[in-house]
Amino acid sequence: MNNIFAIFKKEFRSYFNSPIAYIFITAFLVFSGWLFFRGFFLIGEATMRPFFSILPWEFLFFVPAVTMRLWAEEKKLGTIELLMTFPLSDYEIVMGKFLAAFLFLTITVLLTATFPLTLFYLNKPDLGPIIGGYLGALLMGAAYLSIGLFISSLTENQIVAFIVSIFTCFALFIIGEQIVITALPSWLARIFTFLGLGAHFESIGRGVIDSRDLIYYVSVIVFFLFLNIRSVESRKWR
Amino acid sequence: MITVNNLTKRYGPTLAVDNISFEVSKGEILGFLGPNGAGKSTTMKILTCYMPPDEGTATLDGLNTLEDSLKIREKIGYLPENTPLYQDMGVVDYLRFVAEVRKIPSSQRKKRIKETAHLCGLDKELGKHIGQLSKGYRQRVGLAQTLIHDPDILILDEPTTGLDPNQIIEIRSLIKDIGQEKTVILCSHILPEVQATCNRIIIIKEGRIVGSGTPEELASQAQGGGELVYITINGPQDKIQEQLAAQDNVLATRLLVSENGSHRFEVKSPKGVDIRESLFRMVVKNQWSLTELQRTPITLEDVFKQLTTEEN
Repeated sequence: MNNIFAIFKKEFRSYFNSPIAYIFITAFLVFSGWLFFRGFFLIGEATMRPFFSILPWEFLFFVPAVTMRLWAEEKKLGTIELLMTFPLSDYEIVMGKFLAAFLFLTITVLLTATFPLTLFYLNKPDLGPIIGGYLGALLMGAAYLSIGLFISSLTENQIVAFIVSIFTCFALFIIGEQIVITALPSWLARIFTFLGLGAHFESIGRGVIDSRDLIYYVSVIVFFLFLNIRSVESRKWR
Repeated sequence: MITVNNLTKRYGPTLAVDNISFEVSKGEILGFLGPNGAGKSTTMKILTCYMPPDEGTATLDGLNTLEDSLKIREKIGYLPENTPLYQDMGVVDYLRFVAEVRKIPSSQRKKRIKETAHLCGLDKELGKHIGQLSKGYRQRVGLAQTLIHDPDILILDEPTTGLDPNQIIEIRSLIKDIGQEKTVILCSHILPEVQATCNRIIIIKEGRIVGSGTPEELASQAQGGGELVYITINGPQDKIQEQLAAQDNVLATRLLVSENGSHRFEVKSPKGVDIRESLFRMVVKNQWSLTELQRTPITLEDVFKQLTTEEN
């Protein structure tokens, strides 16, 4: 546990050691703020739905930026050799990195709480969908993070990690979209609906927390973290 | 302390380490010497449990690298080739991180960081970022990182690359001091470095051990002991060669350069025998002229060159 915490601290601090964190947070807030308030004043309705419906698409580009350097940079600098010869297990290192990225993303997402606060100031919005939306956003973000972290471990090039992560998350997201589902035979459609990253987010976002959605996200996260541990281990059997 | 048995490692079709065995006892500084690409770093990666061997075993302090990887890693301080460090971290932050993963109790961390930094001459650099440091100081941070938990075994892979001559001397004497209490393996392709710091040397080439022993042992092992005399004579080449070979105590002669009637020879003689006087008399007797006469014991460099360049 202490080992995970040590890695976690190092990774979390390293976001703020460089301008990455500040640029990221600013860009995310400006971007999502613009998209939210633009629609908000047009519709004139006290709801967070526009914000949450665009969030998966924002995450597509922002989350891979959080994870792209986590392994790729270690490989590029060669620090991975030192890291892997410290008395730490591969699992502890992967968990430490994941949790650091998750806390960073959580902070960024929670900074958007000014949007619902504005709504509460102006009107009386429904609280359930807002809490559900944030919960869903964090779960979906964590799933994207685990995918991005795994992909970062496959390359020493951050740009490659970034683009491949976007593409992978995109693919996992659109297989659950209506437009894809309708084109598929029904047995495949059912699987794809379940596997798609987006549908579960929508259902949590309605304020209904279904255990199937939770299990889905947790399984995606565990699956990709497991792949990550294996890919780090692969140096041993290559 | 360290026992390596029939270690073999392949990268695809290339054989990086080919069936090597050696031992290092406690308190010894072992020099692991070889040209670039000889398999030094690969061997170190196996010893530090970064990767497993294809065949053979390595045990450190009675622990096997495959079975007790975590325990071994606790006992080792490792400086990989090229000293990889996190450029955007502060020196103190970095050492604190290493102290943490090295499980130094939080109450002692501050003290240990200070002590280690002092030992490595980093007192004034603690407040800086690693990225701001010069190459020499980065190397020291790398070294501090290996020492912070006071490990029994130190594995240093080319610790002085990129340093200026003064820094090299400092780092070497530091390693020598540390090595009095610890078991050290020092990898290098620089011969004087190994000669200056190590009690024992292993020379490897293309993944195989081609020589091992103390520097003196190696010198005698490789050439049967002996000394070299360099002599340059003006005169007829054939005759000089003939006469040289006929002298007492001359084991071998070799023509090095031949220019404008002047010939430079390398003459090998048994150890401890000075043949310069008899060579001088020979030149005088034949009425040639002598322009150079120099005696040198066979250096480790000759051994290294011989062992690593010759086709065996």
